[in-house]
Amino acid sequence: MPTPPASPNPVSPSPAVSAVEGERLTAPPDPAASGRRARRSGGGGFTPYALLMPALIVLAVITGWPLVQLLIMSVQKFGRAQVFGAPPEFIGLGNYLDVLTDPEFWQVLSRSVVFAAVCVVTTMILGVLVALLMNRLGAVLRTLVSVGLLLAWAMPPLSATIVWGWIFDTQYGVLNYMLTNWLGLDFAGHQWLIEPLSFFFVATIIIVWGAVPFVAFTVYAGLTQVPEEVLEAAQLDGAGGFQRFFLVVVPFIRPILTIVTILQVIWDLRVFTQIYSLQSIGGLAEQTNTLGVYIYRVSLGSGDFGAGGAISVIVVLLLVAVSIFYVRRSLKEEAL
Amino acid sequence: MTAASATVPRRRRRFRIGSLLAGAAAIVVFVASVFPVYWMVNTSFQPNAQVRGSELHFWPDNATLDNYTSIIGGGGRAPFLPALGNSLAVALITVAVALVFAFFAALAVTRFRFRSRAAFIVTILIIQMIPAEAMIISIFRLIDGWHLLNTIIGLSAVYIATVLPFTIWTLRGFVNGVPVELEEAAMIDGLSRSQAFWRITFPLLAPGLVATGIFGFIQAWNEFVFALVLNPRPEAMTLPVWLRTFLDPNGGINWAELMAGSTLVAVPVVIFFLIVQGRMTGGLVSGAVKG
Repeated sequence: MPTPPASPNPVSPSPAVSAVEGERLTAPPDPAASGRRARRSGGGGFTPYALLMPALIVLAVITGWPLVQLLIMSVQKFGRAQVFGAPPEFIGLGNYLDVLTDPEFWQVLSRSVVFAAVCVVTTMILGVLVALLMNRLGAVLRTLVSVGLLLAWAMPPLSATIVWGWIFDTQYGVLNYMLTNWLGLDFAGHQWLIEPLSFFFVATIIIVWGAVPFVAFTVYAGLTQVPEEVLEAAQLDGAGGFQRFFLVVVPFIRPILTIVTILQVIWDLRVFTQIYSLQSIGGLAEQTNTLGVYIYRVSLGSGDFGAGGAISVIVVLLLVAVSIFYVRRSLKEEAL
Repeated sequence: MTAASATVPRRRRRFRIGSLLAGAAAIVVFVASVFPVYWMVNTSFQPNAQVRGSELHFWPDNATLDNYTSIIGGGGRAPFLPALGNSLAVALITVAVALVFAFFAALAVTRFRFRSRAAFIVTILIIQMIPAEAMIISIFRLIDGWHLLNTIIGLSAVYIATVLPFTIWTLRGFVNGVPVELEEAAMIDGLSRSQAFWRITFPLLAPGLVATGIFGFIQAWNEFVFALVLNPRPEAMTLPVWLRTFLDPNGGINWAELMAGSTLVAVPVVIFFLIVQGRMTGGLVSGAVKG
């Protein structure tokens, strides 16, 4: 393999234009880093494309093509008959009109957004609190907390949902037992999943329980990097605990907080497994569908693939809009 | 501000109370995290009659493996061993293929500068955010068109595409972590560029490859939506879908068996996760601290 000629110019010879913004995509601002990169720059000729080819083919065929199909399907009348070979009829934006004028869609959308918001806020607050706690604890207790968090983090979402369903079980659940026999409350035979609000209370606990460890560990990793001297200086200047946290620590870990929050928003908006299997344990599907489950029920349940496609496209656009923030952040932080 | 002699003991007392509170909070966090896992395992070793009794058992007094033997035997529903085999096969194929493809792609974007490199990375990041639920219909039709429904190959192909973006992104970070100077030094010592890469850089990347691979394995092992839609036949099911067959809202749920099943599905993931987590936490937010 021929060694690429060293380029005297630290900036890449063919400046790529960013799809997001024309910033910092070609060369890192750090001169040392760009000098290092430059020795390889312009290199390889055909090689990088050959290396990318397998991944590109897989993504084009199994992600790109279905995405195109989804777009096409969303402007067609596409029911069960079409799945079995009947030619679909082009109806323009008909499916979108149907979906956007269907009150159920707006219910599901607002339910999903509110649910995701509650989950994200709860997760972030608890996660940051646990991170601060870990930062404060001695080695023994910190290990104890870490092990517990790791176990919760490692539980597969389906197993976790089923276990929580068992804890909240109407007849034999441990929670109803404790509330009734230990606290003397009237929770014998209480049905946690039948009432939509109560259903989502349980769902929030399941999701927050599974998500707090990620936030806690990540924020804790950030906290350990806040320089001790700055905190001491702030303390000498008379800053109290709250002031030190909000005026010194938060600015330091803000990038981490932003990325973690965006990831939580994306993950919680698209939640499927927990809601779907909780509906199987108990709970009325019509009143508890979130976007992911709704798509599944409209298309594979009712067989209206056209409408399902239209909802899918709307959800994809929504999530891509949210993730643009994540993408921009990642690009900035990584200084590509 | 009062005299110094008065403030010091007060502050010390406050400090001690603070540590006590922190200790208590630590124990609360630990119990809240661990309780569901403990309750799952605890229930899974108790006879169903005892689980449905009026007393709570915080320790499996009459410990039994009946739940495990009955659920592994099938209990009249989908059999366990084929599902385990399917899960293992799909996860291993996914990891093997995705790791190789992603490794090549990561090399391309880290060790070379080329046109549309940034566009590729942006595409990868955005694809990662597209929810599987939005794609199920068209992917179902794609796999159906290939006559690969209810096959290991079909499901693996979809999983490979699902884990690829994340795997590329993470491996990119690991490759970036190995300085090019190491390779260049080896090349000055007379190795060719590819020799330098395979002898010097690749060994340094091995831990990153293992960690990323295990993470991909966990994703494939836990995946639920595609498995539910693409492989619904009992003989083609993976473990999560198999586990769901025991959830029957109409009949009574056999919680003891269900907990045994949940434990069986969770154990491999928990073990892998404990191995891998330290390396992966940084992946999603790497570089974010530098601010």
